[in-house]
Amino acid sequence: MDMGVFAVLAQDGITNGAVYALLAMALVLVFSVTRVIFLPQGEFIGYGALTVAALQSGQYPRLVSLLMAVGALTFCVELGTALYNKRYKPVPKLHLMWSAIENLAYPALIWVLARSIGWQDMPMAAQIAFALAMTIPLGIMIYRVAFQPMAEASVLVLLIVAVGVHFAMLGLGLFIFGPEGSTTRSFTEWSTEIGAMLVSGQSLVVIAVSLVMIGALYVFFDRSLYGKALRATAVNRKGAQLVGIGTSQAGRMAFGLAAGLGSLAGVLIAPLNTVGYDTGFVVALKGFVAAIVGGLASYPLAAAGAALVGLLESYSSFWASAYKEVIVFTLIIPVLAWRSLTSGHGDEE
Amino acid sequence: MNRRQMLNTLAAACLLAVSAVNHAQAQTVTVGVTVSSTGPAASLGIAEKNTIELLPKTLGGLPVNYVILDDASDPTAAGKNARRFADADKVDAIIGSTTVPGSLAVAEVANEAQIPQIALAPFPPKQPQWIFPLPHSIAVMSSALFEEMKKRHTTTLGFIGFSDAYGEAWLKDVEKRAEQNGIKLVGVERYARSDQSVTAQALKLTSAKPDAIFIAASGTPAALPMRALRERGFKGQFYQTHGAANNDFLRVAGNSDEGVILPTGLVLVAEQLPDSNPSKKVGLAYLQTYEAKHGAGSRSPFGAYAQDAYLLLDKAVATVGKKATPGTPEYRAALRDAIEKTSNLPLTHGQNTMSATDHSGLGEAARVLITIEKDAWKLLK
Repeated sequence: MDMGVFAVLAQDGITNGAVYALLAMALVLVFSVTRVIFLPQGEFIGYGALTVAALQSGQYPRLVSLLMAVGALTFCVELGTALYNKRYKPVPKLHLMWSAIENLAYPALIWVLARSIGWQDMPMAAQIAFALAMTIPLGIMIYRVAFQPMAEASVLVLLIVAVGVHFAMLGLGLFIFGPEGSTTRSFTEWSTEIGAMLVSGQSLVVIAVSLVMIGALYVFFDRSLYGKALRATAVNRKGAQLVGIGTSQAGRMAFGLAAGLGSLAGVLIAPLNTVGYDTGFVVALKGFVAAIVGGLASYPLAAAGAALVGLLESYSSFWASAYKEVIVFTLIIPVLAWRSLTSGHGDEE
Repeated sequence: MNRRQMLNTLAAACLLAVSAVNHAQAQTVTVGVTVSSTGPAASLGIAEKNTIELLPKTLGGLPVNYVILDDASDPTAAGKNARRFADADKVDAIIGSTTVPGSLAVAEVANEAQIPQIALAPFPPKQPQWIFPLPHSIAVMSSALFEEMKKRHTTTLGFIGFSDAYGEAWLKDVEKRAEQNGIKLVGVERYARSDQSVTAQALKLTSAKPDAIFIAASGTPAALPMRALRERGFKGQFYQTHGAANNDFLRVAGNSDEGVILPTGLVLVAEQLPDSNPSKKVGLAYLQTYEAKHGAGSRSPFGAYAQDAYLLLDKAVATVGKKATPGTPEYRAALRDAIEKTSNLPLTHGQNTMSATDHSGLGEAARVLITIEKDAWKLLK
């Protein structure tokens, strides 16, 4: 292998690693705040990418219909809970009103926007923003419907619920997007040569977006009050509740961010290869391997793990492409062995 | 007519109608259809299901009842569906399933219950008696490609395929045929359906400098290696398998797909066939019905396999005629024999001739090589 090949593979690996980093961040975020292993992450990859593809081809993004349906379901859950608890506390009218705005009026607004604006002529950034405006609330609604009612359950129960949500979203994905994948327009056709290496603008965009998101998350967790509340919930749930942090607010925030990061990852890979409704799962699993490297707790370690997974994937594709997936997923075994040897048994539950 | 008379007439009419229905039921052919309209094979299964739904209400002149079930691309579910067809629905024939593992599961039941099965996936059945795997076998498609390679004096070939059963089956065939034809296989690479990049594999393949590259993949991900290889400066000929022959592939391949050569059944290019080809009429009739319902350009070779399964059964049921009553073991045996005797029957994919040893029937008369010119399929001259 000469230097040129080595550099091309490195570029390829880092680009893939940047996508895995976003997914690993989201997984760590959701797990540390809510203890949910966020399997449906993969579906958000498909939802985000396919919605942008639909917007670009001038089709009505059918995700809006799903958003309206799930919104209505969420409102029903809120209303049902309020009525059920009527014996113990008065019906929280203000809360219900907010819920109606969030879950009924907002999806309707998105529907109006989807119908009235010719999205295919808009700049790509606007299309992406509009797709995120659909997937992020969807993540929050899923948290409200599936996970919030059992926030105190054990990790295993939450995992089983996550598996259920994963399959439900997979089936819905097939129903609303159809079985075939799509690609989106590339972000840029620009490319430059550094030495013998061709650097594509596409991979620079992916890496830049990923770095900006990691930086933004760092600032958010370190500087803002909301971010600190999330961290407090992650460190100690009971303690956070005692000092007046709303843990369900934190959960909503975590799921919203995770859904956003997941669909952003989907948007980033869509110009490179076709993304179908079921593509995301394997990609998200690689993000999961990266998150495991970080022990599902550390953001910098997870980012490093993502780079490792990306590079390992790229080099093993070159040397032994038939065993590439085996090599990438086998990485998890030495990592787990090393972690369990070094961390002892103090961190159960 | 007084009131009592009228009631009597009414009652008589009702009786007549009921007995007519009973009579018709006894003569109704029941066909069980299990396809994978959800799960990983959905892109094929949905086209098949759409086709079955558009079929006429008669089969070989008899009224027909299709029991359509989804097996979610899961062999266990396909086997269960077949069991239901045999035990509860008492079907006369089974169409399905979409995938090879699913079809194998159905075949087990079909052999045991002695029901003729027309599978929509290609595989060599272990006990072929009741099993008719209709689609073109890999050998039929692959020999066409290698003939073309010889014509073009290809001496070195690179291979990149899915790291799953599809890629593996093709690799075995390509290795064998390359040796027979004196073509040197200079590089073998694999990738997964969900990969975002095959840059590494493309680098390695281009460094081996093959004359042509063979891509064994299906659906839209089949376009990925072509893009990556062109980016890396590969100028040679691409060969694809019939797994790539659908319009979604055209949509995503962009400019890298011009001139690629792949084999397919006749239906994809029915309009370009000479009028003398008997499959042209059959193919066009199917395409007209299908595209009227599902939009222009929605055609899929996989949906056409389902149509061909119907055409086979249609002919066989007509041949059996009144020799046996539907729903009986004798009828199923007669139907099986009739299917095996199919000879030069024009299907949408081409003419079909079965024999005791060839239960697919789609041979050299049922394949063409096509290429892509200006983003459209063109018959290769």
